[in-house]
This record gives sequence, structure tokens and C-alpha cells, in this order.
Amino acid sequence: MNWTWFHKLGSPPHFYRIAGAMIPWFGWPAAVLLFAGLYGGLWLAPPDYQMGDGFRIIYVHVPAAWLSMAAYVALAVSAAVGLIWRMKLAELAARNIAPLGAAFTLLTLVTGSLWGRPMWGTWWEWDARMTSELVLLFLYLGYIALHDAFPERRTGARASAILALVGLVNIPIIHFSVEWWHSLHQGATITKLSAPSIATEMLVPLLVMALGFTAYFTAVVLVRLRVALLESERDTAWVRALGADDV
Amino acid sequence: MSEFFAMDGYALFVWPAYAVTVLLMAWAAIAPWLQHRRLRRAIRRGNR
Repeated sequence: MNWTWFHKLGSPPHFYRIAGAMIPWFGWPAAVLLFAGLYGGLWLAPPDYQMGDGFRIIYVHVPAAWLSMAAYVALAVSAAVGLIWRMKLAELAARNIAPLGAAFTLLTLVTGSLWGRPMWGTWWEWDARMTSELVLLFLYLGYIALHDAFPERRTGARASAILALVGLVNIPIIHFSVEWWHSLHQGATITKLSAPSIATEMLVPLLVMALGFTAYFTAVVLVRLRVALLESERDTAWVRALGADDV
Repeated sequence: MSEFFAMDGYALFVWPAYAVTVLLMAWAAIAPWLQHRRLRRAIRRGNR
């Protein structure tokens, strides 16, 4: 198998250029999907027969939760690639996914709390789903803290990559927590083997939002990576050569 | 319209949930974008 593309992708000037070209292809669809999802979720979807309009929090809570876990997997995979192949770009990717993943984890907890209060009568419960999502937040923060604790960036990247990989075990725990333990949180609605237990008019905006969140995340990570590349390669010829181009 | 904003009596929970989401996502996208622009300008100045 020819791995040239892989090595080429890892080259900072090459990736900087590709990322710049890819950002609009994720950014604009993200904007369109997010606005369509907001309109569909807040306006078109019918109220829930039990929760009335209170269920509409689903359209921000569930995509945020899905992204908080997907981002962690992306972080761990990038960290592993950095660890195995000493690929600088992968190390930068892991570190730059982390704050965004932490933000979506916090968003999941906050929107979940705002949903739990009217439906369950409590802002917070130390049950399996909520606790494991809180552990995810601490994993992100711990990863960032460990990564930045070393004076040499690449040592920090290697040490924190181990933490990121160990922390992967928490992802299936979050997902299956509602089956493995008695939980206040409802079970899976969409990611189960039988048909989704949600009306199509309610489901479509949710899928649109989930897709929008994912496209948004990809675009933002690419922007963050371009910034990280410029900062870490500041004194190289390719960065200085950028000065001639218009921004 | 006022019925829409009332959210079945859940306005106090639905709107804050959407507000934090919109604010956080807007900030998380704009901040690195501005940072990138600042950096590119600094690089261009540094070359002169």
C-alpha cells in the first residue's frame, strides 16, 4: 500500500493549505444545517405528548452529547497516531480538539440540567449517565492539564496521549450507562437495534442538528489547527512565505 | 407568537438551553477565526 498521501497530509504546509480549502466546505453546510435544524426543532416539530414543548431541549442536548463523545474518540485516535508515528500534526489535532470537546461536554451537562429540572424535578442526580458524562469533562480537562504540564511540548503530547487512550473506556460506559444501571435518564431513542422510538417529524430536525454540529466541529477544529500550525512553525520558511499572500 | 415564546410553560428552561448553545458555539467559532486573522497579519508585518 502506498502511504505517500499519509506522509504528505502530515506535512504542515500541505495540511495548512488543504485545511484552508476545506473549511468553507464544512463551515457553510454547518451554518445551513444548524439554522434548518433550529427552525425544524423549535417550530416544525410537534410538541411531545408528555413533555409538551419542554422536549425541544433535545435538539441541542442530544447533538451536544453525541459530539462530546465523538470528539473524545477523535482526540484519542489523533493522540494514538501521534504516539505511534510521532506525527506532529496528529499531536496538534488531539490538543486542539480537547477544548472544543470539553465545551460540548459542559454544554451537554448544562442543557441536560435545564431539561432535568422541569421533567425530573432535579438539576442534578449522581446517577450513571450524568456521572459518566461528568467524568468525560474531567478527562478532557485532565488531558489538557497533563499535556501542558511539560516544558517540552512533544513530551507532554506523549504523556497525555496515554491518558487519552485509557480514558476511552469511559465512552462505552456513557453510552450503555442507561442499560447497565438504573438511571433517571431515559434509554437510547435512536442508536438501538429496533426502529427509533420517535416520530419522524421530531427525528428529522434532530438528525439535521447532529449533522450540523458535526460539520461545525470539523470546520472549527480545522481553523484551530491552522492557528496551531502557524504558531508552532512561526520561524519556518513556509510560514514566512505566507506573508506575501493576502489573508 | 407569544404562545411560541411561552413554550408550554417551559420557556425558562428551553430558551436558556438554546441561548447557552448559540453563545458557546458562536464564540468557539469566532475566537479562533479572529486569532488566525491576527496571526496572518502579524506574519505579513514581520516580513516587511
